[in-house]
Amino acid sequence: MIKVEGLSKRYARTVAVDQISFEVSKGEIVGFLGPNGAGKTTTMRILTCFLPPTAGAASVAGFDVLTQPLEVKKRIGYLPETPPLYPEMEVREYLYFVGRLKGIPKSDIATRVDEVSERCAVTDVRTKLISKLSKGYRQRVGLAQAIIHNPDVLILDEPTAGLDPKQILETRQLIKSLSGAHTIILSTHILPEVEQTCEKVIIISKGKVVATDSVHNLTNRLRGSEAVGLEVEPPQGSAGSAEIQQRLEQVPGVSRVLLRDSRDGRYTFEVESLQGRTVRGDLARSVVEAGWNLNELRPVALSLEEIFLQLTSSDETQSPVGAK
Amino acid sequence: MKNIWIICRKELKSYFASPIAYGLMAFFAAISGYFFYVITAVFVQRGIQSQMMGQSFPMDVNEWVVRGFLSNVSVIGLFLIPMITMRLFAEEKRTGTIELLVTSPVKDIEVIAGKWLAALILYAGILLISALNLAILFLYGKPDWKPILVGYLGLLLLGGALLAIGTFISTTTKNQIIAGTATFAVCLLLWVFDWVSYETTTWAKVMSYLSVVAHFEPFSKGVLDSKDIIFYLSMIFLGLFLTARSLESLRWRS
Ligand SMILES: Nc1ncnc2c1ncn2[C@@H]1O[C@H](COP(=O)(O)OP(=O)(O)OP(=O)(O)O)[C@@H](O)[C@H]1O
Ligand SMILES: [Mg+2]
Repeated sequence: MIKVEGLSKRYARTVAVDQISFEVSKGEIVGFLGPNGAGKTTTMRILTCFLPPTAGAASVAGFDVLTQPLEVKKRIGYLPETPPLYPEMEVREYLYFVGRLKGIPKSDIATRVDEVSERCAVTDVRTKLISKLSKGYRQRVGLAQAIIHNPDVLILDEPTAGLDPKQILETRQLIKSLSGAHTIILSTHILPEVEQTCEKVIIISKGKVVATDSVHNLTNRLRGSEAVGLEVEPPQGSAGSAEIQQRLEQVPGVSRVLLRDSRDGRYTFEVESLQGRTVRGDLARSVVEAGWNLNELRPVALSLEEIFLQLTSSDETQSPVGAK
Repeated sequence: MKNIWIICRKELKSYFASPIAYGLMAFFAAISGYFFYVITAVFVQRGIQSQMMGQSFPMDVNEWVVRGFLSNVSVIGLFLIPMITMRLFAEEKRTGTIELLVTSPVKDIEVIAGKWLAALILYAGILLISALNLAILFLYGKPDWKPILVGYLGLLLLGGALLAIGTFISTTTKNQIIAGTATFAVCLLLWVFDWVSYETTTWAKVMSYLSVVAHFEPFSKGVLDSKDIIFYLSMIFLGLFLTARSLESLRWRS
């Protein structure tokens, strides 16, 4: 449904999006995840034909954003970062205007406006001026505006930004209920949002895609990469932390060993392993064979938060795990 | 066509949702009414004077009242234009609604034409108020109505041209006030160009050709000249073309 290939966007000085590629298939709901300034909005603006790319290509439903923008625009519903609302209009009047602009025939527009008002729970404010609406209602009107012409693709830029927790839940449910019929890309920097609403996640940082996977796989993959916490106690100072660390690093499959804590001759390490390798058994044996006490050995689950930090953290030397 | 009308209706609604449109209409009604009063008063006095002196004063209402009035209206129009066009694109850029317009399945030119048309309709509505003054002439005399029509066609063309320029300027900034001030400056400049028309250098000729007021002169006399019509139509075309380019470059640049 959406295909992005080697897409780049350069502003006067900054490279906002740098050679990104990804694909979204029909009916998928994809989270576009990244810290501030990662290039999420820029990518979305290119997909919606608001900005032209500097290099690369993007297509929606088989239509290229540069050569067939009108066809692309017909198939996209877009909620920009700030909902594009006219404060002097009534909600109903506004939806009517947007609907007509998106090509809904006059004969259907009234029912369509009623339908989306119902769907986005703005029916009770439909005769209010938009300038009098609260932030949450504005966001909902923005969402109603995006889905009014029943587009194949929905592009939502931070749809839950600035909402209270209850409204966030409602909005997420609404978005989820829209999936299936629509292909959805939503951007966010909130991780639980991706976990809860999306099937797939594209993590971008500094204009580059750093990970693309299903939410399930991504968490599993990184969790499955066996971060192990272990506490070692060499009898009566027979070994220092450096010595233990060295030994642990020699266990096959171990990619990184970090000293977390050392107290009263007990050392806590966190050991990361290469993907798909189970190292717990080898670690335990290695410690015991050295004659040290193994007080604790447990798998450390990485939260999505940590994965996110790990993937987007620029400073490689600093340990992202447990950085909080 | 349908899209132009959708945009145009929305713009007109916005105009009348705020006090701008009403304010402009009231302001214009007052000023044009005052000018009309002064012009007719002078005309009537001249008539009485010449009668008393036994001369036959040519009592041509069209020549004396209509023409003078239309010239005045054309100048007041210069002040109205910036207030009508300043918000057209600047406001959409400020609030981000431009993103909605540009990502909707409509062509840029349809958006531009719709906005310009709405501005022109508001301007025409305001002109209509001034025409009410002239209606009084028909109650008390028999002015020739054809030159009046030609005069109003001229006002509409003059307005259309300046509105197109104002629309263009409105795309260049997020700030309504800047857009309005710049438009006013440009309108004034195009008007002032007329003052060099007595000079014969090439520059002066070019400048006076560009003077929007000079091209209005024949209209106010009831003379329809294709040269002037073409001038205004090309100004409108140029203004809207620049608007389209500006909208496009806006996206390419930022
Ligand atoms: N109009 C612009 N002109 C110049 N630079 C821009 C412009 N818009 C964005 N940028 C820059 O491009 C980069 C990416 O910005 P973008 O808005 O796409 O990030 P984002 O992922 O949406 O961030 P956020 O989470 O804060 O919304 C940033 O470094 C930003 O400063
Ligand atoms: Mg953003």
